[in-house]
Amino acid sequence: MAKVLVVDDEPNILLSLEFLMQQAGFEVITVEDGESALSHIAEIPPDLVLLDISLPGISGFDVLERLRADTATSRLPIIMLTAHGREVEREKGLALGADDYITKPFSTQALVDKVKVLLDEATP
Amino acid sequence: MGAEVGVFVAAFGYLALLFVIAAWGDRRAEQGRSVIASPLVYTLSIAVYCTAWTFYGSVGRAAEAGPSFLLIYLGPTLAMLSGPLVIRKMIRIARAQRITSIADFISARYGKSSRLGALVALIALIGITPYIALQLKAITLSHAVLMDYPVAPGGPASTAGFLSDKSFWVALVLAVFIMLFGTRHLDASERHEGMVAAIAVESLVKLIAFLTVGLFTVFVLFEGPVDLFTRAASHPPLQNALSLSAVPGGALGWVSTLLLAFLAFFTLPRQFQVLVVENVDERHLTRASWLFPLYLLVINVMVIPIALAGLLLMGSDGDPDSFVLTLPLSAGREGLSLFVFIGGLSAATGMVIVETIALSTMVSNQLVMPLLLRTTKRYQGLHSDLSVWLLGIRRGAIALILMMGYLYHALIGDSYSLVTIGLVSFAAVSQFAPALLLGLYWRGACGLGAGLGMLAGMAVWSYTLLLPGFAQSGWLPLSFLEEGLFGLAWLRPYALFGLDGLDIYSHSLLWSLMANIGVLVGLSLFTRQNHLEQTQAALFADARTEGVDTPPLWQGQTTRGALHDLLRRYLGTASTARVLATVDAPHDRGRIEISTAAGIGSPENGMEESASPQLIARAEQALAGALGSASARLLITSVVRGEALDMEAVLSILDTTSQTLEYNRRLEQKSRELARIGEELRGANERLRELDRLKDEFVAMVSHELRTPLTSIRAFAEILRDSRDMPEAKRTQFLEVVVLESQRLSRLIEEMLDLARLESGRLTLQPHPLEMVALTRQGLAAVQHPIEERGVKLKVTIDLDEAWVIGDSDRLEQVIINLIDNAAKFAADTSPVVLLRLARHQGHVRLSIEDNGRGIAPADRERVFEKFHQLEQHSTASGQSRGRPRGSGLGLPISRGIVVQSGGRLWVEDATTLSGASLIMELPEAPQDKTMLATETPLPPD
Repeated sequence: MAKVLVVDDEPNILLSLEFLMQQAGFEVITVEDGESALSHIAEIPPDLVLLDISLPGISGFDVLERLRADTATSRLPIIMLTAHGREVEREKGLALGADDYITKPFSTQALVDKVKVLLDEATP
Repeated sequence: MGAEVGVFVAAFGYLALLFVIAAWGDRRAEQGRSVIASPLVYTLSIAVYCTAWTFYGSVGRAAEAGPSFLLIYLGPTLAMLSGPLVIRKMIRIARAQRITSIADFISARYGKSSRLGALVALIALIGITPYIALQLKAITLSHAVLMDYPVAPGGPASTAGFLSDKSFWVALVLAVFIMLFGTRHLDASERHEGMVAAIAVESLVKLIAFLTVGLFTVFVLFEGPVDLFTRAASHPPLQNALSLSAVPGGALGWVSTLLLAFLAFFTLPRQFQVLVVENVDERHLTRASWLFPLYLLVINVMVIPIALAGLLLMGSDGDPDSFVLTLPLSAGREGLSLFVFIGGLSAATGMVIVETIALSTMVSNQLVMPLLLRTTKRYQGLHSDLSVWLLGIRRGAIALILMMGYLYHALIGDSYSLVTIGLVSFAAVSQFAPALLLGLYWRGACGLGAGLGMLAGMAVWSYTLLLPGFAQSGWLPLSFLEEGLFGLAWLRPYALFGLDGLDIYSHSLLWSLMANIGVLVGLSLFTRQNHLEQTQAALFADARTEGVDTPPLWQGQTTRGALHDLLRRYLGTASTARVLATVDAPHDRGRIEISTAAGIGSPENGMEESASPQLIARAEQALAGALGSASARLLITSVVRGEALDMEAVLSILDTTSQTLEYNRRLEQKSRELARIGEELRGANERLRELDRLKDEFVAMVSHELRTPLTSIRAFAEILRDSRDMPEAKRTQFLEVVVLESQRLSRLIEEMLDLARLESGRLTLQPHPLEMVALTRQGLAAVQHPIEERGVKLKVTIDLDEAWVIGDSDRLEQVIINLIDNAAKFAADTSPVVLLRLARHQGHVRLSIEDNGRGIAPADRERVFEKFHQLEQHSTASGQSRGRPRGSGLGLPISRGIVVQSGGRLWVEDATTLSGASLIMELPEAPQDKTMLATETPLPPD
C-alpha cells in the first residue's frame, strides 16, 4: 500500500485530505509543519507528499528545496497544495521541482486522480 | 544841407531811442520784471521778418509781378499756424539743451557735431550777407531818395571811393550800434531781452509808418479806395498788374515761392533767434500763431494801393521800390516822408540787428571758438578769463558781417532788386530746412547726410543763383548764363538739366532742395550714427512732451576744481558759483555757502572731490549756453577723463541686462519649481507604488484567508456528496466542520468590512458611559469556555468595584474577547496560562492580558497591529494542534482602531507577572454615572 505524507497546518484541511487519501486506498501520515515533514520523510520515506506552502516555521518551498537537494528524495513525487494562487508562486513551485501545483480550494476527485497518476508513474 | 542834418538827427535820435529802450528792457530783465513776457511783444519781435524788403520791396514786387508778393507772407503764416507742432518742439529742445542759434541747434541734433555747426554758420554767413547788403542798400537808397528828390538816385555807388559811399558809413554806424546793443552781457547765454524790446518797438514803428503812408495814399492822394481802384482799372498797363498770372513761373512759381518763404521762416537765423532762442514762455506761441499772421495781413493791406498809386502818379520811370517815399514827397509832405524813412530804417535796422547778433553768435560759437579751442588747447592755463575773448570775438564778428554786407552791396548789390536779393538769401538758408525739420521728426537722419546734403544744396544754389548774380554784375562772362558751363546747354544755370520755364528761384529751390534731401536721406539710410548722435536724435525726435531736459550723463571722471576753473574761464566767477551751487547735494550746501563767502577756488573747499555726473552735465549745459553745444562738449571732454555716458545706450544695456536677469531668474525659479514638482511626483509615485504593492499584498492575503476555510468547506462538501455510505458519526463531524468553516468565513468577511470602515473613518461607534468591570466579565464569559476547553488556564484579577468609561459597549466587548483570544494563542504550548487584570492607572482604566508564551520582540510589537500580520508571525513552533481556531490576522488591527476611536490606547509590552507578552488596553476613566449600566445593552452573538 502506497504511503502518502500530508503536510498542512490547517486541521480541517488535514482532516479532509486524510479521509480522501484513506478512501483512495493509501496509507496516510499527517504532519502540521515543515520540520516534522522532513524528519518523517527521513525516517520512513513516503511514496508521495502533499505539501502546503504556508506552514509554521520553514515554508513548503523550503521543504521542497531540501527534498530535491537530497538524492534520496530527489525523485519523490510531490504535489504542492496551496491557497497562494498567484502565478509567480506556481511557477516557483514547479521550478523548484514540484510534480504538480494545485490551488486551494481544489476538486477532491481531481486531486485523488492526480495522486494516483503520479504514484503509477513512480512505480512501474 | 539843413534837411540832411534833420534826417541825420532823426535817424540817430531814433537809434538812440532804441538803445534806451534796450537798456531799459535789460534792466527790467535783471530786476526780474521782464517787459517782453507777453504774447504781443513776442509777436512783434517775430515781425522782424518784415524787413526793408517788405517796407520798400513789396510795393516794388507788387508793381512788377502783382499779388505774388503775398506769397512771401503766406509762407510764414502757414509756418506760424504750424507753430504748436514744429516751433513748440524747437523751443522745448532749445531750452533743454541751451541752444544759442540755428547752427547750434543743427549741430546739437546731429551729435553736437562741431563740423556741422561750422558748416551751418558758414552757409548762413554766405546766404545772409546779401540780405544784410539789401538792408544797407535800402537805407542808403531811401536816404538818397529823401535827400535828392525829385532826382532819381542812380549810377553805380562804387565809382567813388568807399569813404564817400554812405552805405559804408551806415554799415559802420550799425556795427558800432549793434556791438553796444547786442554784446552788453558778459554771459552770452542769457537772452537779449533789451534787444527784443527794441525790436518790438521797431516792428510797431514800421507798421504804423507803412499804414500811415498807405492811408495817406488812399485817402489824401486819392478819394478813397474806390477812386483809386477805378482809376487803376481804367489805366490799361495796370490791368494786368493785379492778375495772378503775373507771378513769375506760373503755378509752380506760386508753390515754390510759398515753400521758400515757409522754410525760410524757420531757417533764417534771425527768425530762429526771435522764435526759439528769445522765447520766454512757450505759451506765447499760441496767441502769436494768429497775431503774427494778423500783423502780416495788416502791413500788406496797403501794398497794392501804394503800388497802384505809384504807377498811376509816378509813371513807369519811377522806381517802384521807392514809391512809399516818393508818393509823400511828390505831395510835398516832407514830414511824412521823414516818418516813412524812419519806418524803413526800423525795418532795416531791426533785421540787421537781430541777424547780425544771431550770425555773430554762430561765427563765434561755431567757427572761431572751436578753432581757437583746438589750437590753444595746450595753452589753456595761460588765459585766465576767456569770457573777455568771447565778447571780443563776437564784436569782431559783428564788424566783419556788416562789412561783408557792405562789400556785397557795393560790388554786386546793384544788379538785383531788393526782392531778388531777399529771395537769394531765402534760397540759401532754406538749405537748413531738410536737416532741421527731418531731424526733428526722423531719428534716422544722420550728421554726415545733413552736412553733405547742405553742401550739395549750397553747390546747386551757388550755381543756379549766386554765380549768375556774379555774371550779371559783370564778374563772369554772360555767356555762362546763355550757353551754360563749358557751353553745355544742360548746364545752363537758369535751366539746369533742361528744366526751362521756371523763374530762377523756383528753379534753384527745386534743384537745390532735391539734391539736399536726396543726399541727406540717402546717406542716413546707409550710415550708422554714433552713440551721441543716436542719443541726441532720440532727444530731438521724441521731444513732444515737457521734460526733455535730461542731458546725457557723463561717465568720465574729473574734479570739482577742474570744472570750476573751466567754467570761470568762460563764464566768469559769479556765474560759475551759481552753476556749481545749483547741482550740489544738500549735504554740501553749508560748505558751498561758506566757500562762496570765502571766495571759491580755495583748495580746502572740496575742489579735489570728484565731480558728480550731474555736475558735469550742468557745467556742459552752462558752457553750451555761452559757447554752443559742440564747443561745450569739446571743453568738457578736455577736463573729463573717460567717455560720455550715452544715455540711450546705457538704458538699452540696462534694459537688456535686466531683461536677461529677469529671464534667468524666472528660468531658475521655473527649474526649481520643476525640480520640486518632480520630487513631489517621485514621492507620490513612490507612495502610489507602495500603496499598489500593499494593495496587491492585501488582495493576496485576503484571497489566501478566504481560500483556507473555503478549501475545507469544498473538500468536505465533495466528500459528503461522493461518500454516501459514510458512518453517521463521521458525516456529522464533517458537517460540523463545514458549518464552523462557514462561520469563520463569515467572520472574516465581517472583520474585513469592519477594517475597511475603520480605515475609511466610516465605522460609527455609539459612545455612552459604560462600566468596565461588568463589560470585562461579560467578555470573559463569552470566551472562557472555549479557551479553557483548549487547555488554557485563565486567571482573572479585578481589583475594582466598578470603573466607568465612555465607549461603544458592543465594540469594546468585541475588543476584550479579541484580546483574550489572542493571548490564548500567544500562550505557551504546554500548560498555557492567560492572566487578565483590570485596574486603575493614572486616571485611566487599564485592562492587561498576559500570556506565558515566548513574548514578542520589541521590534515586532507594533507589527502585530498590522493587517494579516499574525498570519506569518503566529507560531507555536509545535506540530501539535490544540484545536484552537485560526485567527484572520485582522483582530488586533481592528481592536486598536476601536480603542483609539474611543480615546484610548492599545499596545504590547513584556508581561510583568508571566513570561510572555502583555496586551494592554487603556481607556480614560469617565466621571461615575450609575444611572446607566453597560450591561443593559444586549450582548453580541458569539
